[in-house]
Amino acid sequence: MAAQKDAFLSQLNKIYAGYVGGFAVFVLILAVLEQVGVPDRIIGYLFVALTIGVYAYIGILSRTMQVSEYYVAGRRVPAIYNGMATGSDWMSAASFIGMAGSLYLLGYGGLAFILGWTGGYVLVAILLAPYLRKFGQYTVPDFLGARFGGNVARFVGVVVLITASFVYVVAQIVGVGIITQRFLDVGFAIAVFIGLAGILVCSMMGGMRAVTWTQVAQYIVLIIAYLIPAILMSVKLTGVPIPQLMYGVALERIEELEAGMRAAGQVVPYHVGAFMTPRGEFSMPAAINFFALIFCLMVGTASLPHILMRYFTTPSVREARQSVAWSLFFIFLLYFTAPAYAAFAKLEIYQNVIGKPIADLPAWLKNWQLMSPYGVTWIGVNDANRDGILQLSEFRIHPDVIVLATPEIAGLPYVIAGLVAAGGLAAALSTADGLLLALANALSHDVYYRMIDPLAPTKRRLYIARVLLIVVAIAAAYTAGHLGADILFLVAWAFSIAAAGLFAALVMGVWYKKTTNTAAILGMLIGYVVTFGYLLHTEFAGLHFIQLFGDKAAITAAFRQYVGIATISAEAKAPIQAMLANPDAIKDGMFNSWLLWGDSVVMRNRVTARLWGINNIAGGIFGVPISFLVIYVVSQFTTAPSKAMQEFVESIRIPRGGVRLVDKEQAVD
Amino acid sequence: MAEFLSEKAAAKSHSPDEAPPNVDPATAAAYWKKTSGLMWLMLAIWFVAGFLIHLFAPSLNKIHVFGFPLGFYMAAQGSLIVFVVQLFWFARRQNQIDEEFGVAED
Repeated sequence: MAAQKDAFLSQLNKIYAGYVGGFAVFVLILAVLEQVGVPDRIIGYLFVALTIGVYAYIGILSRTMQVSEYYVAGRRVPAIYNGMATGSDWMSAASFIGMAGSLYLLGYGGLAFILGWTGGYVLVAILLAPYLRKFGQYTVPDFLGARFGGNVARFVGVVVLITASFVYVVAQIVGVGIITQRFLDVGFAIAVFIGLAGILVCSMMGGMRAVTWTQVAQYIVLIIAYLIPAILMSVKLTGVPIPQLMYGVALERIEELEAGMRAAGQVVPYHVGAFMTPRGEFSMPAAINFFALIFCLMVGTASLPHILMRYFTTPSVREARQSVAWSLFFIFLLYFTAPAYAAFAKLEIYQNVIGKPIADLPAWLKNWQLMSPYGVTWIGVNDANRDGILQLSEFRIHPDVIVLATPEIAGLPYVIAGLVAAGGLAAALSTADGLLLALANALSHDVYYRMIDPLAPTKRRLYIARVLLIVVAIAAAYTAGHLGADILFLVAWAFSIAAAGLFAALVMGVWYKKTTNTAAILGMLIGYVVTFGYLLHTEFAGLHFIQLFGDKAAITAAFRQYVGIATISAEAKAPIQAMLANPDAIKDGMFNSWLLWGDSVVMRNRVTARLWGINNIAGGIFGVPISFLVIYVVSQFTTAPSKAMQEFVESIRIPRGGVRLVDKEQAVD
Repeated sequence: MAEFLSEKAAAKSHSPDEAPPNVDPATAAAYWKKTSGLMWLMLAIWFVAGFLIHLFAPSLNKIHVFGFPLGFYMAAQGSLIVFVVQLFWFARRQNQIDEEFGVAED
């Protein structure tokens, strides 16, 4: 057994070493082709076509008709490879392209994403992964169904899973569309469907097995593509090829340049300053939102089913634990490089762009003054005071440009830009794959097989799984194509929804033996409704929310913000203007008190309301504690779980041996 | 390439009907107590590295190491390194506990 496992591992090592070598040769060949004069566009096509071709090839080789292969890759993925697969499953277009850009814009505030998206793995490793692996079934709702008395709990779990994953996968498909559109030069709606074909070919034939081995390949591409430009940029600016260490020098320079600009009377946001307004005062809301967001992202990480189900695929409980550590290590490699990108780009812009005559700006900056899918130009230069010099306030840059334009900023050949595109595509495709599989499995395994037709033969189950995969993929692509690029904030929502709906029930199910079925079901429902309701209410009916929770001043301020938004029609503004004209009629909100108060900010061209100043992307901060509280309190008042159930929980806690299920119906073949 | 993907190499499947582990309740309780202790220790480290230390970011930022303001460094790299090291250590330590109580997998 052990010898067989070692042989499998060393064979995997050989295959992926060959793959890395092949990829390096491929990049070198393209570099040579570029030098002999092959046009940039062809290089871009070759990059996208060849990498997707490799993923498709692995996907087709991994086709399977076995249930355990389709759902959990046969449970023989070694810890380190599962770590890599989780890494690319985890890191999406938002991490690859968006993260460095957010850090550029927000400075210290953006580090909440870095902390939140890594620290969550501690919760996964310690509280959940080993126990879910020991439980040894196929999906997260499987666990909820077995532990909390059947189909009601299973169904609530499926609802939360589908809401969070669907929101997330739509954002991923938008990311695929953005990259495909830029590098293949086709319309956004077409780009979305091209990307979709790339996703489906990887996952449809072989389910989890195909997705696992494709994701390992995608991780390798994306990490190489992320590190190489950062290393070259570091060499250009500091002479040392270790960007993660050398950007300290860049940070110091940025602080000096910022101080210089402030001395000249400009308002410059602080890059390294923590919880500060642009004027340098301490900001309490900034601090509260920073920690609330970290909390939601961490707990969300430990609740997203497409991540948790990766730990169903390891050969043992021991390897599940090691695998979480490897996952975090592979994710860390990218995340601790992202702030270096941001610092180098900011230094470059402060040194060579701001304060320079607009007539002789660097060439890369001119190349990026074109339209983005977000409806604005990537880079905007507007000489407001007509002095021919570019001030900071006259310069606007879209965050995504930071990573995409790094090769040009550093004066690198186009082949590096192609590499970055391939990396971004790998990141977006791998995450979309994992999410679609989680969604389709919840529908085919949990809803169809468990709840509708438990007698369905294996063949039909796998057939249904594939059909559902295509249906979900098309629905997600349709949504993405119609809503466009301004929905990427949905990624952060997915974390809050999953955290509030699933985390408490999963953790209490393992760690608190007396958790009852009713308690868990209520806890999931209430956490989900509170958080999802808060998100929808504050985002899409912000004015209504503030009229309930705001005091008179906050309501008036929100009305003023509303009429100030340019994209809202005059008819819609008319009733609000009428209310503003009669300020005495505005009263404090019905629920407003010293304990409950709200305010509002303008985001995404909407008046977005906040309770206690907490932005809605951190909405899970309300749902998670409520969910824990409900589960604990209700458990005290309902009949304790049966002895068989308590034995079942004990069997999950101990790595050795199999699991004795309470109900044979819950066992899988 | 195709061979490592073949289904023949599949490890023995984990049937849920396997015999339950032969662990007496006292050992199981002692094992769980020690495991819970490790869990609380890990959560404490997680809380300090993930939240507590960043409360002091404005003061830590006054200290510079290799150009990095320390508060910024902790959020950008320091805490991440703590998380990674912590998880590898946890996997090892939990495994030792499993073996100590004889509940590790074969």
